[in-house]
Amino acid sequence: MPAAEVNHIFKSYADKAVVSDLSFSVARGEIFGLIGPNGAGKTTTIRMMMDIIKPDSGDVTILDEKLSEASKNKLGYLPEERGLYRKLTVIDSIVYLASLKGMDRKSATEKANELLNQTSMLPDKRKKIEELSRGMGQIIQFLVTIIHDPELVILDEPFSGLDPVNTELVKRMFVDLRNQGKAVILSTHRMNEVEELCDRILMINNGRTVLYGNLAEIKSRHRSSSVILDFEGELGEVPGVIDKRTHKGGVELVLDGNTTPQQILERLVSTGIVINRFEVATPSLNEIFLKEVGKKT
Amino acid sequence: MNKTLLIFRHEFLHTIKRKGFSIMTLIVPVLALLGIGVFQLVSTISEPPVIEITTIGYVDEAGGFDQYTTQGNIELLRFNTPDDATAALINGDVSEYFVIPPDYMSTGVINRYTLEKQLETPPVIATVIKNFLTSNLLSEKVPPETVYRIEAPLKLVITRLTETGAVAPEQGGYGNVIIPAIFSLLLALSLMLSSTYLVQGLGEEKESRLIEILLSSVSVRQLLVGKVLGLGTAGLVQVVVWLVSLPLLLNLASSAFGGFIGTIQIPANFVILGIVYFILGYLLFAALSAGIGAISPNAREGQQLSMIYTMLVFFPLWFSSLLFIFPNSPIWVVLTIFPVTAPIAAMLRLGVSDIAVWELAVSIAVLGLSIIGILLLTIKVFRIYLLMYGKRPKFGEIIRSLRSG
Repeated sequence: MPAAEVNHIFKSYADKAVVSDLSFSVARGEIFGLIGPNGAGKTTTIRMMMDIIKPDSGDVTILDEKLSEASKNKLGYLPEERGLYRKLTVIDSIVYLASLKGMDRKSATEKANELLNQTSMLPDKRKKIEELSRGMGQIIQFLVTIIHDPELVILDEPFSGLDPVNTELVKRMFVDLRNQGKAVILSTHRMNEVEELCDRILMINNGRTVLYGNLAEIKSRHRSSSVILDFEGELGEVPGVIDKRTHKGGVELVLDGNTTPQQILERLVSTGIVINRFEVATPSLNEIFLKEVGKKT
Repeated sequence: MNKTLLIFRHEFLHTIKRKGFSIMTLIVPVLALLGIGVFQLVSTISEPPVIEITTIGYVDEAGGFDQYTTQGNIELLRFNTPDDATAALINGDVSEYFVIPPDYMSTGVINRYTLEKQLETPPVIATVIKNFLTSNLLSEKVPPETVYRIEAPLKLVITRLTETGAVAPEQGGYGNVIIPAIFSLLLALSLMLSSTYLVQGLGEEKESRLIEILLSSVSVRQLLVGKVLGLGTAGLVQVVVWLVSLPLLLNLASSAFGGFIGTIQIPANFVILGIVYFILGYLLFAALSAGIGAISPNAREGQQLSMIYTMLVFFPLWFSSLLFIFPNSPIWVVLTIFPVTAPIAAMLRLGVSDIAVWELAVSIAVLGLSIIGILLLTIKVFRIYLLMYGKRPKFGEIIRSLRSG
């Protein structure tokens, strides 16, 4: 059974459709990317999954049931914009919010100390939240999201405001969660992070599905018929190449529909040039997104 | 632990740790009593006031008014004509003068002349002139003791009896009003302060989006009930501290200063009703504040909106002078039953007179039902306006939201 299942949800505000007929499921043990530009409807979708707002129609199943008080304890949620009690200490904030997830104070305190130690923030545990830097506050929020060992973690723009060191730290934690068999939903407009981490994606625009499925398959489907070449020597006409585009890192050779990259490589070797890099060109998610949105408009 | 209890515990501890709350709870009652004590002390050690002899002129055109020219610290100086009296007034020899006209016995008219602009004759002067006229009219007709008793015929001493005819343990008087009055003022300030805490807290949770994290763990009902009960219990702690400390402080102040403080007493039914109204008042204002916090886009706007009902708390205090004259008038009955003014109005009235049992029953029932009703409405609108960060909904929109569920 999937960790989360969303069926045909709709949401409008003042007659403006924000989410239209979205359906998707998230499996246990995967990082699922919910991606799209700002205003695409990602946060609204997440809020409906979290039962913070109700969909106009459609339904959401979380961990095999409608969201209930009991199932809320198995969820971890990091909202897009973050806040904690500014006057509370780090440890008190974590323990209080963990206790709302069903943990007793003793185990919440122990786990909080363990996580703070892992993130090198143990010395800061008696500091008030308002004394922390923004990045440190973000880490504390992330710890609050995962302290109760949730089965499903939903993270809305988790990397915003994080420095590169903390970004890597958080990424490692995502991967750990996946390796533990947890389902992770990562909502972001930063496509490069998704490409690096996600197994499957739902790409939305204007509240509608643009692309949905396995990331590798999607990228494979959108693989362009061109190769990137970095070389030394004189490159003449190569049979099967219909266009050459010079880029900063080399030359992109656009192939005709009947020639494979393997054939081109063999032909290039036979010309006698020195090949430093040969790469089958795959479009970035961003390029795929632009292409798909362009198709639909 | 139940999640409502967790929120309750958090809100309770958060509230009682606030500096403002501690000041209200611990320092204000002490300051109030110290204030009375200092007043008492200053009155006791001050030099007795220097009695200034004032001279008032008079012209007796009726005849027979020439005795009793010393009335307390006021001397009456006779002039033969109004012109002489006017000249003395202008010279400053007399502060004013009056003329007893020839037809005084038939008309009772006395003409008074002064250099000052006055609304009416000061009561002291009126009493002096009245006593002067009375004394002279009765002179040689009745003994001087009788003249004195006619001038000061009574000194009322009130004793309240019970229905069995025994002397009631709780007597009336201003000493009875002091504690309820102080308590009402503190309650009003405390309600205003607690409303501010709740509206501010909810506003901050909305602004910082912490509310989303909370609602990913608990339901709206758990969140609001926990908050309201947390604040209500903090209020109970406050009232218990006051009720325990006030008799103690009163005893201390009474033995130290005596005088008026010694006459201060706590009305018998005040303790129980005080606690009931205090808790209900807290819960009502907490529920109202939660509603305002729900529909306000931020803490600042929430506080502005909450002024509407926090100002109403002080309404009975503004009109408390009328209470001493008409404690059971319809307006006070209405104020005792109207939920927002009920806690303060009931407290004040308890010090002045008895409140009918039916009034108290209706008042408490209306308060209780209002708390439940407002809380249910708040829970209903909370989710709708939870994520409305930048815009305050119009009244019509709220009504439509409630209707559409």
